Amino acid sequence: MTLHAAKSTGKPTKMKAVDVEVFYGEKQALKKVALDVHENEVTALIGPSGCGKSTFLRTLNRMNDVIEGCRVKGQITLDSQDIYDPSIDVVQLRARVGMVFQKPNPFPKSIYDNVAYGPRIHGLVRTKEETDEVVQRSLERAGLHKEVKDRLHESGTGLSGGQQQRLCIARAIAVDPEVILMDEPCSALDPIATARIEELIDELRSNYTIVIVTHSMQQAARVSQRTAFFHLGDLVEVGDTAQIFTNPSDERTQGYITGRFG
Amino acid sequence: MTDLVDRRTGAHTSDDAAKRLAKRYASERNFRAFGMGAVLFALAALLLLLYTIISDGYKAFVTTNVTVTAQISPELADPGGKREVNDLRRGDYINIARQAIRADLPEVTARQDLRELYGLLSDGASVMIRDRVLRDPSLIGQSITLKVPVSSDVDMFNKGKIVESDIAGGNARVTPKQLGYYKQLQEKGLISTDFNTWFLSSGDSRQPELAGVWGSMVGSILTLAITLALAFPLGVASAVYLEEFAPKNKWTDLIEVNINNLAAVPSIVFGLLGLAVFLQFFGLPRSAPLAGGVVLALMSLPIIIIASRAALRAVPPSIRQAAMGLGASRIQVVTHHVLPLAMPGILTGTILSLAHALGETAPLLMIGMVAFIVDTPHSVTDAATVLPVQIYLWADSPERGFVEKTSAAIMVLLAFLLAMNAVAIFLRKKFERKW
Repeated sequence: MTLHAAKSTGKPTKMKAVDVEVFYGEKQALKKVALDVHENEVTALIGPSGCGKSTFLRTLNRMNDVIEGCRVKGQITLDSQDIYDPSIDVVQLRARVGMVFQKPNPFPKSIYDNVAYGPRIHGLVRTKEETDEVVQRSLERAGLHKEVKDRLHESGTGLSGGQQQRLCIARAIAVDPEVILMDEPCSALDPIATARIEELIDELRSNYTIVIVTHSMQQAARVSQRTAFFHLGDLVEVGDTAQIFTNPSDERTQGYITGRFG
Repeated sequence: MTDLVDRRTGAHTSDDAAKRLAKRYASERNFRAFGMGAVLFALAALLLLLYTIISDGYKAFVTTNVTVTAQISPELADPGGKREVNDLRRGDYINIARQAIRADLPEVTARQDLRELYGLLSDGASVMIRDRVLRDPSLIGQSITLKVPVSSDVDMFNKGKIVESDIAGGNARVTPKQLGYYKQLQEKGLISTDFNTWFLSSGDSRQPELAGVWGSMVGSILTLAITLALAFPLGVASAVYLEEFAPKNKWTDLIEVNINNLAAVPSIVFGLLGLAVFLQFFGLPRSAPLAGGVVLALMSLPIIIIASRAALRAVPPSIRQAAMGLGASRIQVVTHHVLPLAMPGILTGTILSLAHALGETAPLLMIGMVAFIVDTPHSVTDAATVLPVQIYLWADSPERGFVEKTSAAIMVLLAFLLAMNAVAIFLRKKFERKW
């Protein structure tokens, strides 16, 4: 396990969660989670299945809102502003906090329209030239432009799995978000495609704040600066990635990263 | 780990095992044979049905004509002498037609015999001559040669549906004398069997040889247009609301149960509802496609809602999440992504429910669309009938000529249905997209 990811750089806090609790009906999925997400860093959320890491990720852009019977308690702030405040517009919040999902889910439209969709609905582009430029820039940033520049008007669903996932990343960054949430973005991909996405995440870090849920501890170690370990709805431990993987303070973290459970 | 299973020796290799395997294959073979038998039986029943309908009905698409040369004398056609349309309409074309057939068989002179000869002609003969004159008044004073229909039972004789023994025994409305005249005309080469333009271009008639399906086809089209215009937007909107926006609570559960039950309500109940509400209370015109369309729309709504909800549910949630994750509002998620992807399913469901409505008779009987209507409707408030009701009416008529008309109208209805299903398949292919 290489730990090329440096220690946390002590950047300012972008998102802050305080005493976050999530309930699905009567069942409590998250218990009093407090976590800071630092700007321009990659924060990895790890833990065994059903530990609440995906649930926590989805509270950060209120994707849990649409789940029937889901309640969120506590406070989550984006740039010190409570995102669960009634005055917050959820549509705008999701434009600022973008998301990439576990399974690549491009729209059944052309590659161009996939990327242009976000900017169009938010009115970020007015002319064809502006749209062209945003599409090109986003695809370049997602490292996909070279591969697809000659077939921008072919369907996005015709790409390979790894390309589809990079298309989804391009689509997310086309809206110019501040934070990108990634829910196990590589779990459906082969190792080569995974390596490309990981490289991409490392590049994107300079412009965006990234929170990534991953099942792979190696991946967390490779791409993240900070790691949070969840277990049974508790946030057990959070700290610099290097520290979590070399010198965890909690016994459960130790057990998980050494493969005794999970 | 290896000692977890106490493996019996030869569990899968003994004779017993071979027997068990043979039994499994046998049951599979039996099942397949049973399935194929069921399919073959269904196919045979369908073919038999089509055969009876087509063998009865195809002859209705041709009709027996007699060629006559009609003298359009000014005294008979235009008693006013001013060539005005209203005057021309009142001309004595029956007399012109009679003189024309008389000219074909000049040897018939006795008054009694002439009456029998005139009976060979259909009432349509004078109508055809009148229409020709109205279209072109300059024909007055000239003579025109045209083919006019013979009366229904003569037509039936020509088609072999009535045989000579029927006529001799007095079991038909043709007398042996008329039959003799018919044979004389045939010898002169004046009888011909031609494509029946009346059948596809006119409305109902008491005379089988003049009855057509055009009036009821237009009635069906107008009725279905009303049904589509009401049921499609209402059904899709309800489905979208229930599936994408409505909270899941006991009220929406109740609504769902009710919709499912409504889909199973016998259609005649919708007819009674239409009679009580749309005709009595709102005063919609009786027998009109407007009222019929509204009733059929009510009947189709639950089916469209159920089909649309199923289509919406089949859109993968990942597409909704992707759009929501980009900051699309709920209505944008629905209109930009979910609805277009669900459209093939929604359209198929809609067209199938419309096809169902097209074949519906019972509710329309309740609102008076069963009336005898000769004119082709021109608007949705005109009195009209629809194809299945027309079939019902003809099937109920005692004249022999209506037997083949009934089957032929069923063929037209089936063609209509096939066309609608073809449109459904076409739309499905056109809008189908992969994800």
